[in-house]
Amino acid sequence: MAAINTAIIKNGHIFDPLNGINGDVKDIFIRKGKVVASLSGAEARDALVIDASGKTVMPGGVDSHSHVAGAKVNAGRLMRPEDHYKSVRAKTDICHSGSGYTVPSVYKQGYDYAAMGYTTVFEAAMPPLEARHTHEEMRSTPILDMGAYLVLGNNWFVMRYLKDGDIEKAAAYVAWMMRTHKAYGIKCVNPAGVENWGWAKNIHGLDEPNIHFEVTPRELIRGLAEVNEMLGLPMSLHLHANNLGHPGNWQVCRDSLMIPSGLDPRNKSELVWGETREAAKRKQSVYLAHAQFNAYGGTGWRDFCSGAADLARYINQVDDVVIDSGSVPFGPATTMTGDGPAQHDIYMLTGQKWSNTDVELECGSGIVPFVYLKGSAVHSVQWAIGLEVLLLIDDPWKTIMTTDHPNGGIFTQYPLLISWLMSRKARDDTASECHKWAYDRSSLGGVDREMSLYEIAILTRANPARTIGMAWSKGHLGAGADGDVTVYDIDPNGLDVNDSAALRGKFARPDYTIKDGGVVARKGEVVAAPDGRRYYCRPYFDDSVEKEMMSDVKDWFKYYTVGFANYPVPDKFLKNPVAIQVNRPIEAAAPTRRG
Amino acid sequence: MAEYLLSLKEKIGITVEAEAIRPDGFAGKKRVQIEALPVWQGPRKLALSEFFDVEVRDGASSGPAETAIIIEGDLSRVKRIGQGMKEGKIEISGSAGMHLGEEMNGGDILVKGDAGSWAGMEMKGGSIHILGNADDHVGSAYRGSWRGMTGGEIRIEGSARSALGAGLVGGRIIVAGDVQNFCGIRQSGGAIIIRGSAVRGVGAEMNGGTIAVCGSIRQFSPGFVFAARDNDPVIGEERLEGSYSRFTGDYSLGKNVKGTLYCREG
Repeated sequence: MAAINTAIIKNGHIFDPLNGINGDVKDIFIRKGKVVASLSGAEARDALVIDASGKTVMPGGVDSHSHVAGAKVNAGRLMRPEDHYKSVRAKTDICHSGSGYTVPSVYKQGYDYAAMGYTTVFEAAMPPLEARHTHEEMRSTPILDMGAYLVLGNNWFVMRYLKDGDIEKAAAYVAWMMRTHKAYGIKCVNPAGVENWGWAKNIHGLDEPNIHFEVTPRELIRGLAEVNEMLGLPMSLHLHANNLGHPGNWQVCRDSLMIPSGLDPRNKSELVWGETREAAKRKQSVYLAHAQFNAYGGTGWRDFCSGAADLARYINQVDDVVIDSGSVPFGPATTMTGDGPAQHDIYMLTGQKWSNTDVELECGSGIVPFVYLKGSAVHSVQWAIGLEVLLLIDDPWKTIMTTDHPNGGIFTQYPLLISWLMSRKARDDTASECHKWAYDRSSLGGVDREMSLYEIAILTRANPARTIGMAWSKGHLGAGADGDVTVYDIDPNGLDVNDSAALRGKFARPDYTIKDGGVVARKGEVVAAPDGRRYYCRPYFDDSVEKEMMSDVKDWFKYYTVGFANYPVPDKFLKNPVAIQVNRPIEAAAPTRRG
Repeated sequence: MAEYLLSLKEKIGITVEAEAIRPDGFAGKKRVQIEALPVWQGPRKLALSEFFDVEVRDGASSGPAETAIIIEGDLSRVKRIGQGMKEGKIEISGSAGMHLGEEMNGGDILVKGDAGSWAGMEMKGGSIHILGNADDHVGSAYRGSWRGMTGGEIRIEGSARSALGAGLVGGRIIVAGDVQNFCGIRQSGGAIIIRGSAVRGVGAEMNGGTIAVCGSIRQFSPGFVFAARDNDPVIGEERLEGSYSRFTGDYSLGKNVKGTLYCREG
């Protein structure tokens, strides 16, 4: 019997970009769930030994933007019974049953991610009022380590403080909100625009003030990015830009990314950092969500084209932007965002069923089922853009591969995305099945770049971990990192990247998914289902400012339908919580232990 | 033609799900193999022989197209008979339970009694002939979906209930008797002919295909616009006798709808 969570992964080709290791044959040692430089003879005798010779070894996958928990995801499940009845998974001795294709149940989500080699997944949008629900669903998600970003881009308090130019109170409010709702980062969705949606309107320019609050997207993006760095959060501002899904929106997107430019990215979290050769702290001051939906050219659907090359040109010039792709692998999806007006646009385009929610003083959201078809001109261009944003941005450390699950497609299609990124032939083959706009209206047909396994490891673990400030324990295999490892049955020597079907199969069903030193999945089958951790930040700000801010909050709280005492998320909603102290006053800071 | 005779042993309590009863699954099999086919009763997986006596007639083994299953007894508590079948024949002397011939691709089903809800749900081809009445959701889409039956034919000699042909994309449904609410809701193709009357919601949100109601409609859907008056219109192979008003709709869905609704005049 092997010692618990102690393992040796022998002779694998290691791809660990944060440590600059590119396919070298090495052993990985894990003691009690953490990566270590070596094991003692006695420990090694008791360790689980996995022979990875001729195989590819990467840190466990990290998804930094996925809609997997909360009211919106659950509403998607409720309104789509047809998504569930043919996608079922039976109960096993260790696994719960589950169902759902584009919006799976929490159990199925956890198992499917783990079976695919992912061990860490962050929920992309948690409205404050729905934080309890989000934590409830995360608590029920097996295996995965998780956290959630708090939606603040249309929050009444934030808008009022930023309109008044009171950045300190805004920072105190955000700090209090993150502690109150046990959130990990700041998400900003269609700043100023979602508030206008309450009056059936949207916002289309960065300097357009919204109704009543008269605050502009520019003021909100700048303000929240500043607050983010004043507090020193592990992750930068996570931006869902204005005009999402509209032809010609790439310019607004680029201009939005310019707004936080020049801010100094500061991570003031108290953490013990695992050993990495590359810098493990973020360099960006803004992390753009699902770039594909914001990299459109043209002026309408008739002259719709890709704007990815233009957007990429800007991002290639700067060092303070990271994007995730929100790629489109074709097939069924369920579009769900906090961007109410954008969801209404999709409803008007498709006539599909549509759900919309107004989250009181905070934000909104909408849901519309969707199918991306190869025969559709627009969808084919979206497919191309989703790959362009990853291939045209030269530095892989500025990009993260996602489908914005389940908006562009579902996360179990990641292997398909990888096959396109790694093989020009695979892209050409798909383009030949698509509407001709795929290559005619994008530059993808002229792109020769084929990503290496090293670059794939950057896009799927190292960079998502670094971007969200989790590289202290995730996304690499240096000493001190969590013992999350994926072993793919891929021999980097003699790998035929043009054999897409084989490559997809190997990425979909890794030989081993190891979480904290224990095997959780084997060849696509879940073999153990431990509970994951829930990360959140506890940022601090000046006490006296916070007191003034609290009296405002209590005063304005009369507009809520909930009582103030019922607003916070109690501790019991989290299983294995890991609170990350951020910006704590020196006198208060005692040595913190890692969870 | 190989014939398999299934006789119900005794009255069934908890409903049985028997998607194993389909000619493609029976063809070429011996009696003991048929008896061992799995069916579900609640959470329990049981052998077909738990509920049926099996007899093989003219056992000369042949392909599924040459295979007939004849079932005797009241099967109103046996669900999913003929689900997904591609060819061959099923004949039921009594009534059939829910999900009869769901998603079938081909072959023929004859029910001499009544059929439960969801008969022919999302069927793609073949035929279902019900001599008695049918329940709700005949030839419709699954809950939440707007893509129902895409091909084949369902004939009901009696009446049906609500949501008949919901989301109909192709094929046709002919009802000799009446229907209740929302027949052809969200229809986009295919044809529905109701020889009797309908209650309300006929063709609601349809944008293609044809519905004809030869009796009366108690509450007419508001989004339909009169197009013309036709005498003895022909829908597919069916000729309707008499004078009909032809409407286009449902304009409550959008501007470019192409649904056609015939209503008998007088």
